[in-house]
Amino acid sequence: MALLEVKNLEKRFGGLKAISDLSFSVPEKMVFSIIGPNGAGKTTLFNLLTNIYTPSSGSIFFKGQEITNLPPFKIARLGISRTFQNLQVFLNMNVIENVMVGCHLRSKSGLIASALRLPSVIAEEKNVKQMAFEALEFCGLSDYADRPAGGLPYGILKKLEVARSLASKPELLLMDEPAAGLNDTETAELCQLIKRICDSGITVLLVEHNMSLVMEISQTVLVLNYGKLLAEGTPEEIQRNPEVIAAYLGEG
Amino acid sequence: MKRLSGFILFATICLILPIIFPDNYYVTVVGLTIFINIILAVSLNLLMGYAGQISLGHAAFFGLGAYSSAILTIKYGLNPWLAMLAGAAFVVTLSYVLSRPILKLKGHYLAMATLGLGIIVHIFFVQADELTGGPDGISGLPTLSFLGLAIDSDVKWYFVLCSYMLLSVLFSLNIADSRAGRALSAVHGSEIAAQMMGINTAKVKSHIFVFSALMASIAGSLFAHQQDFVSPESFSFFFSIELVTMVVLGGLGSTFGAVIGAFILSILPEVLIVFEDFEVLIFGAILMVIMIFLPEGLFVALKNKVAAFLAGRQEGSK
Amino acid sequence: MDQLLQFIISGLTVGSIYALVALGFSIIYNASDVVNFAQGEFVMIGAMSAIFMLKAGFSYPLAAFIAIAITAGVGLALDKFAIEPAKNATVVSTIIITIGASIFLRGAALLIWGKEIYGLPPFTTNEPIRIGSATILPQNLWVMVGTAVTVFAVKYFFDHTKMGKAILACSFNKKAAYLVGINVKRMLLVSYGLSAALGAAAGLLVTPITFMSYNAGVMLGLKGFCAAILGGMGNSMGAVLGGILLGIVETVGAGFISSGYKDAIAFFVIMLVLFVKPSGILGKGEAERV
Repeated sequence: MALLEVKNLEKRFGGLKAISDLSFSVPEKMVFSIIGPNGAGKTTLFNLLTNIYTPSSGSIFFKGQEITNLPPFKIARLGISRTFQNLQVFLNMNVIENVMVGCHLRSKSGLIASALRLPSVIAEEKNVKQMAFEALEFCGLSDYADRPAGGLPYGILKKLEVARSLASKPELLLMDEPAAGLNDTETAELCQLIKRICDSGITVLLVEHNMSLVMEISQTVLVLNYGKLLAEGTPEEIQRNPEVIAAYLGEG
Repeated sequence: MKRLSGFILFATICLILPIIFPDNYYVTVVGLTIFINIILAVSLNLLMGYAGQISLGHAAFFGLGAYSSAILTIKYGLNPWLAMLAGAAFVVTLSYVLSRPILKLKGHYLAMATLGLGIIVHIFFVQADELTGGPDGISGLPTLSFLGLAIDSDVKWYFVLCSYMLLSVLFSLNIADSRAGRALSAVHGSEIAAQMMGINTAKVKSHIFVFSALMASIAGSLFAHQQDFVSPESFSFFFSIELVTMVVLGGLGSTFGAVIGAFILSILPEVLIVFEDFEVLIFGAILMVIMIFLPEGLFVALKNKVAAFLAGRQEGSK
Repeated sequence: MDQLLQFIISGLTVGSIYALVALGFSIIYNASDVVNFAQGEFVMIGAMSAIFMLKAGFSYPLAAFIAIAITAGVGLALDKFAIEPAKNATVVSTIIITIGASIFLRGAALLIWGKEIYGLPPFTTNEPIRIGSATILPQNLWVMVGTAVTVFAVKYFFDHTKMGKAILACSFNKKAAYLVGINVKRMLLVSYGLSAALGAAAGLLVTPITFMSYNAGVMLGLKGFCAAILGGMGNSMGAVLGGILLGIVETVGAGFISSGYKDAIAFFVIMLVLFVKPSGILGKGEAERV
């Protein structure tokens, strides 16, 4: 059974169809990439999957359960996490705290218990810090743990978003243009990171413009154009597909 | 306990002061006002500073606590502690019911809604004179006693209010450093990202709104007993604004910032009294100048300066 | 029924004043994304200046003109010394800065004019005019006509003059406006001046009916804010509509329920509106972009 299944998804903004009649399914434990020219509806698709936008019609299933109209925090509870194209780091916190927020679902102290700082809270706090630190290490950010997120360079913040998502131990990670704005070295590091994420058993759904990165790490590539599915296949198939080439070269 | 060293120092100073200066006007009289204001500022900071939700109506919950105690003890002869509890229960219910629709709003709209709440409650205090005594208020509350000991002097009140104040500060510090506090900061930083981390943002906001209202309500009950008198004036729109000013003056999001802000704003009238009619003008000017030139607040700005200085010295010694 | 007509007449009068204050709110909000909590103080300063100019022996029209000029000057100063220096302020900061400004201006008024309550003579005779069994004072008509003329003048300014269009451009996109050569700073300054002048006009119109004192601007300002939200924040014509609607609802409500709860009714209505449709009557919903 597929991990994520999208059926006849559609999103209209006024008269404009940002996504129309889109169906696809993402199997477990792979890197599944979505590409397409600017304005093809890639980020809109991510916002629909996480219900930041409500779909106009169609349905979305995660592990066989319908999630189409669940609020984002419930979707997160089922095991989906994501990063954002325009960073959504908590700039009012430091790096480790950002990642500790990612551990929200793996801990449970409430407001009153926290105010009283019950022994259970102290124990959990230690545990959460440990988990957060592991996620930071995984992403190579342990040196930055106590730095305020506010003043850090863009590349670090991008990794921080990944670390934060990983801290929630998702089964499916949506990454929205992780390589945008990164230099070649950083992109190479990112490539390794995504591979390691996938190796650890997490399915990665990737929206990306950097073709060499996509072709290198993806098992399946889906091409969107004007909100419609243009093609789906292995990187090799996609690179040979004349329709895809035409869409990218702006023909037709 | 490095985490609480600042708190322990602060608590020690507060508890020693009345022993050294038992008859000092500023300690045992102004001190009581300062404590009430600190409790209110700290509770408001939970909502405004931690969760980033502005409230221009915090005085309403303070007032509802005070009036509940006054009305229930005097008109219905209820035990003062039971009256305080009943007031708190009422405020918790009211704030819970209002929290969802109010906290759905953001920015100016949230400011408007909380302001409206504060003004409506204030008008109710003035107009419902059968119940509230109208503009004249209610006086003659019974003496509060604790474990058989009547709290009937300024010094005794000092220790009661000081304990509750310290407890509020401690709660606030504890929350900052916890899963609940991080969830609030996350809501402040990016609501969408907070949701994606599995945080039920509506619930988190609603809980802190209720918690903060509860703290204010209990402060109100204590205030009513300590003053032996309640009147609408103490709970006006202007007082809500003053509370916001305290929080912002010290530094949004910092517990000790709220403490310092409350302290400064409470002694300001005492200092400005020599200027008489200039008081309002100077108050407004201070508010503007701080916000324009030190938007992060006095305490936070100072803390950052010290931290930068220490970091610089460390760099230098390497 | 006759009572209702009378309420609507007074509602329209107060509503016109709210409309002018709300229009001032929305001009500043459009130009600089700031909700100016000192808007009510403009009303107070306009009225108080006129009262004292009149006392000093100036003719009524001249006193009114000087009062509007003084208030506009205060508006310019507010932008220059409080808003402009705090460029990157957050919403909360700007709210507090303008609240500080309102307290400051109130404090200044207290020093200059004291705590007494003052009035202005009506613009023309004060013979009530009968409409059926309801009556209307000439000053009520002055308020409504004065508001209408002012609103249309403002609308003309924004729709048909180069400067008005430049200010609108700033409100849509400051960077773009700057790039096409608009002096954004100056346009903000003009907005504050204009908005203050509108406040002063409201003060001049209303004082012959309701009196004025150093702290009378607060409630008027808050009501104007209510009206602006009711009409849809940033929508100028919505603000005018919101003001008139708020005035009528409040007066009719107060008339049939209790005049002591007049202000509570206004805020109750605004809270209901916020709960049901936060973007106001003419406002558009905004989607968050991620």
